[in-house]
Amino acid sequence: MTPILETANVFRTFQVSTGFLKPKRPLHAVNGVSLRLAKGEVLGLVGESGCGKSTLAKMLLGLLPPTSGDILVSGQAITGLDRRATARRIQPIFQDPYSSLNPRKTIGDIIGLPLRVHRVGSAAERPAKVREMMDMVGLPHRYVGNYPSQLSGGQRQRVAIARALIMRPELVICDEPTSALDVSVQSQILNLLLDLQRELGLTYLLISHNLAVVEHMAHRVAVMYLGRIVEEAETDQLFRDPQHPYTRALLDSVLTPEPGLGVPDANLGTTFPNPIDPPSGCTFHPRCPHVMPVCRTIVPKPLATQTGHVECHLYDTALKQAS
Amino acid sequence: MSAILEVENLRVEIPLATGTLVPVRGISFSVQRGETLCIVGESGCGKSLTSLSIMNLLPKRAKRTANRLLLGGADLQGMDERAMSDVRGNRMAMIFQEPMTSLNPAYTIGNQLEEAFLRHRKASRREARERAVFLLEKVGISAAASRLGQYPHQLSGGLRQRVMIAMALMCGPELIIADEPTTALDVTIQAQILHLLATLQRELQMGVMLITHDLGIVARVADRVAVMYAGEIVESGTVHEVFSRPLHPYTQGLLRCIPVPGKTRRGSHLGSIPGVVPALFGEPTQCNFANRCEYATPACTAAPVPLTPLSEGRAYRCILPVETCIANQARAVAA
Repeated sequence: MTPILETANVFRTFQVSTGFLKPKRPLHAVNGVSLRLAKGEVLGLVGESGCGKSTLAKMLLGLLPPTSGDILVSGQAITGLDRRATARRIQPIFQDPYSSLNPRKTIGDIIGLPLRVHRVGSAAERPAKVREMMDMVGLPHRYVGNYPSQLSGGQRQRVAIARALIMRPELVICDEPTSALDVSVQSQILNLLLDLQRELGLTYLLISHNLAVVEHMAHRVAVMYLGRIVEEAETDQLFRDPQHPYTRALLDSVLTPEPGLGVPDANLGTTFPNPIDPPSGCTFHPRCPHVMPVCRTIVPKPLATQTGHVECHLYDTALKQAS
Repeated sequence: MSAILEVENLRVEIPLATGTLVPVRGISFSVQRGETLCIVGESGCGKSLTSLSIMNLLPKRAKRTANRLLLGGADLQGMDERAMSDVRGNRMAMIFQEPMTSLNPAYTIGNQLEEAFLRHRKASRREARERAVFLLEKVGISAAASRLGQYPHQLSGGLRQRVMIAMALMCGPELIIADEPTTALDVTIQAQILHLLATLQRELQMGVMLITHDLGIVARVADRVAVMYAGEIVESGTVHEVFSRPLHPYTQGLLRCIPVPGKTRRGSHLGSIPGVVPALFGEPTQCNFANRCEYATPACTAAPVPLTPLSEGRAYRCILPVETCIANQARAVAA
């Protein structure tokens, strides 16, 4: 079966100014990312800020062209599609429902905008579609004429979800969909996302720094570090038996609500590397507790694991035999 | 143990055109030396205003009243602004949520670190500088001396928050108030910062009052917990009591809302608390949580519910007897 989304060795480089009268230098925000997402799957993407998650999301949405590499949606290259065709297939849900909704449009206008843009149905039919969508995300019809400022954070995020889903996209990119919300509201939005995913057979790319949320929602998890996917595996395996030292450090840092365990020390040091000047060899080596001499010089290759891959010299048997 | 901070019946009132808003409604708690008290609650519950009112940094219009407000025995209410500024940053210090907006972009790190020390200690510039370098190293910043000349924008979020912590420690305060100190940070940095705070606290025997909405943080760093809802403390106790035996329906609901890796079944429905926080105008006439409570009875809306003390430091604000609350929780967890 053709995957809904496939990226093959995608790169994105920005030219960054390093100071007045100094030459611009390249910053490799996304550095060779290959992902596959099957229909109905939820893929979690985790990593620290600055690791390239959002750049990747922008490329998948067609808002930013990749420097090189292919992004295929149901087997079709995204670069060949126009903006409108991409938008029909891939829709985003952003983090902050306070800034991602136009404050001067009513809720009905916001949810119905995609219908007008894509010229779906007549002007008379659209309100019914909007109301149907509002039912689906649990917004009372009486809000149709209200403005975003009159709604709570959770209700606004429901509006954002309704707007994303009204065209029935194949893939929804959820970029930190609940991190701006209170815990009691977060659980409602997560429940809603799960229900909609089952009902409509949606595929999600869930970007989040909250690993507990990712564990709860995702089937597979990809861990990103400085522009590369350093480990990818099925959720159970990744949480039970993390391979990459960075994944382990991330999981160790999760503060589960269990009293008496104290705060873990992830032993990562303070140095998040400067992406303009990435470390040589394995980019994680300055923070890695298992660093070996080879890590400083040779870039690790992806190695197959039970349910995915990992990029780490610790698991390179060929390298071990050679040394 | 002696209490470094004692608060009794603290109220904050904000007069508005439409009526008097009472975002903090008579709360009482204390922080002992060397202890961490976590105040947990959702946005709008009054937890941040509580911390600002202790520091006397409330907006001008807001009015603070309390039966007792003592810092190490000294009455904070009787102090004028001059006396208060001798205490602020000296005997008690605050760590704010956003290191991005709470550092002054126009001054160097060194300047901002030294300011409080020079003000309170009448020390020389050199002594202040030495203290700043010492503390920056203590909070794990490498090449501390060269950082002093840098501006906030040259540092990453994690480093800025470390600078904020170092700044709070400059005068060796007895009490630290940390308002969501790690919400803007990555999980790895969050763990490091909290680890650091806990280590320094043990070392210096400071009282810490930590304000957060993250139950994971509360479980890991708190000695005692106060759960706030709609301007009131609805439950308090030791961290073990509150997490293993939550009594108030709100606390029980909050704990069911969060997914726990390895415990919550993947893709299962999480618990939720439907409804919204009531408007906090005027005096309460009923249980504030009644409109969102699954166990609400007519008696809940008939009169305000007082805080029922159970033992030293353990209390809850619900008309249901303790046994019923425990049974409710057991049933909800089993479901």
